Amino acid sequence: MISRSERLAKIAYFRDGRHIPSNRMVEALNALIQPGDRVCVEGNNQKQADWLAECLAKTDPEVVRNLHLVQSVLALPEHLDIIERGQVDRLDFSFSGPQAGRLARLLEKGTIQLGAIHTYLELFARYFVDLTPQIALVAAQMADREGNLYTGPNTEDTPAIVEATAFKQGIVIAQVNEIVDVLPRVDIPASWVHCVAQAPRPHHVEPLFTRDPALITEVQVLMAMIAIKGLYAEYGITRLNHGIGFDTAAIELLLPTYAASLGLKGKICTHWALNPHPTLIPAIEAGFVESVHCFGSEVGMEDYVAAHPDIFFLGEDGSLRSNRAFCQAAGHYACDLFIGSTLQIDLQGNSSTATKGRITGFGGAPNMGADARGRRHASPAWLRAGAESRAEGGMPRGRKLIAQTVETFKEQMQPTFVERLDAWDLAESAGLDLPPVMIYGDDLTHLITEDGIAHLSRCHNAADREQAIRGVAGFTPVGLNRDKRAVENLRDRGIIQRPEDLGISLRDANRDWLAARSIKDLVKASGGLYQPPSQFRNW
Amino acid sequence: MEHLNFQLHSTPALQVKKLSADVLCGIVSSGNLEILVEPVSSDSTVSAETCLITIDTAAEGFSETWQAVLTQFAERHAVGGLSFTLNDVGATPAVVALRMAQAYEEWCAAMGAN
Repeated sequence: MISRSERLAKIAYFRDGRHIPSNRMVEALNALIQPGDRVCVEGNNQKQADWLAECLAKTDPEVVRNLHLVQSVLALPEHLDIIERGQVDRLDFSFSGPQAGRLARLLEKGTIQLGAIHTYLELFARYFVDLTPQIALVAAQMADREGNLYTGPNTEDTPAIVEATAFKQGIVIAQVNEIVDVLPRVDIPASWVHCVAQAPRPHHVEPLFTRDPALITEVQVLMAMIAIKGLYAEYGITRLNHGIGFDTAAIELLLPTYAASLGLKGKICTHWALNPHPTLIPAIEAGFVESVHCFGSEVGMEDYVAAHPDIFFLGEDGSLRSNRAFCQAAGHYACDLFIGSTLQIDLQGNSSTATKGRITGFGGAPNMGADARGRRHASPAWLRAGAESRAEGGMPRGRKLIAQTVETFKEQMQPTFVERLDAWDLAESAGLDLPPVMIYGDDLTHLITEDGIAHLSRCHNAADREQAIRGVAGFTPVGLNRDKRAVENLRDRGIIQRPEDLGISLRDANRDWLAARSIKDLVKASGGLYQPPSQFRNW
Repeated sequence: MEHLNFQLHSTPALQVKKLSADVLCGIVSSGNLEILVEPVSSDSTVSAETCLITIDTAAEGFSETWQAVLTQFAERHAVGGLSFTLNDVGATPAVVALRMAQAYEEWCAAMGAN
């Protein structure tokens, strides 16, 4: 196999130290990449090495070929262009979001072989075992003359990719927004980076975790009240992770109001593995939150985060260091609760966001939304969930609380609860090894809908579990086919709790509880430090 | 636009004060619903154990879902002798059930029943 120095020798005639001119990037890729190389184009649902992806899509297909893509996301059209141009043989990835339909068509045509769809943490892990990239194309905010990199608030996947590549004879190529004399701090040392070039425009960052409070509905407020009273207060959850979406944004906005009115300040939601959600600002300002470690940053939150070194993990320069691999590990092992939303849930509680004809992948949710079987340290919430789930006489152990919060129907009257997940059809049509399940039913401990909360951790047989799920499935066909007596029995046993069982009056479920009712309110709550991106400014 | 009428069995509603308090709940807007609650008119022949519900809905073909939502509502609440008029612009059953229950609670509060 060709060594790193042999590869770099091919571009020595235009490589100046570790820098190369931007207009020679395509030439550099043609020279550096060997047929059959494992190539990682950095990108996540937030930061994207978008210019390097464009350059890769302009390489010579006769030279740069038989590639094995090993990367977190296929989110940009260029990622798929490379495949369509016939330069890729094999693909291992995690998430495809906006390109999900195009990817499914390419796989159905048999253009490429799919290795596997991973979670982020699994793919990072395989970078250090059998999927180590030979070529990594990464994005940073700045480089200095020597080639040290500053990844700043959106550090995200860069350290994991670079470390695996650089220490195994691979080539690390970085696009940067700026080249400066002195970096605010060094995130990646120059000796791990082999080529640096200034991109013609700053790399893209998607404001993925911003939810406009103006769009939160009363039903979401009701479900947030159920979550806070029936789950957070019940188990005394202090360490947690929230998924993306309006359902969890509503919970964040009810902490300084509803949760505070229940005397829960300091008793719940103090320590987080979470992106810097703008909707968490009111809770931080109310003194609810002690610590937040972030997977990535969020556009517009930079100044607010910098002003809170007591809460967030900041460098000496005052900006966030978001290392996704560490935050994923934190979410998996150090949190007592994951709560998120999903598209479909079946009668065993398996949930999936897969729909036919779209291969969206997993991202990080399955690692957050899974019991950490390797966990050994105890906490009251973990012990309680474990005790509830355990069969009599079993070895005592704890359990992570995994909750899904969903409305029984989506828009256009699509039921969330189904007899059979679309994931089965997708697995068949795309030739996947397994139906792509986001959260497995045996990991799910709680289900929250507008109908109430189902404590699945308190069900000790499959029949109870199924009726507990049907019992909160509302007027969906799955809900209407419930055994009414069984469901009433589960309610008597405290396995199903309706809002009234929790002392929640439906009249009380209104938007007045939201600590911020608009993006403008969030800006106000932040003391003007939060600077929402233009698409969220409507005043 | 579909027009639906339901007559549902329910426990007679408490009528603490003998005054007709109309309650308008909710605002018609995207994904929302308007509900008017009032006592069944005194010259009507329906019994005190019947709840009348009239719906104008933008979404056609969901009468079975409406039936299920409203039947459960009439079972869970004492709404006999009351008339509900709904103006729906495509609300989900979750919104309908929540708004119905809110309308009932508002009505009870207005009547001084709770």
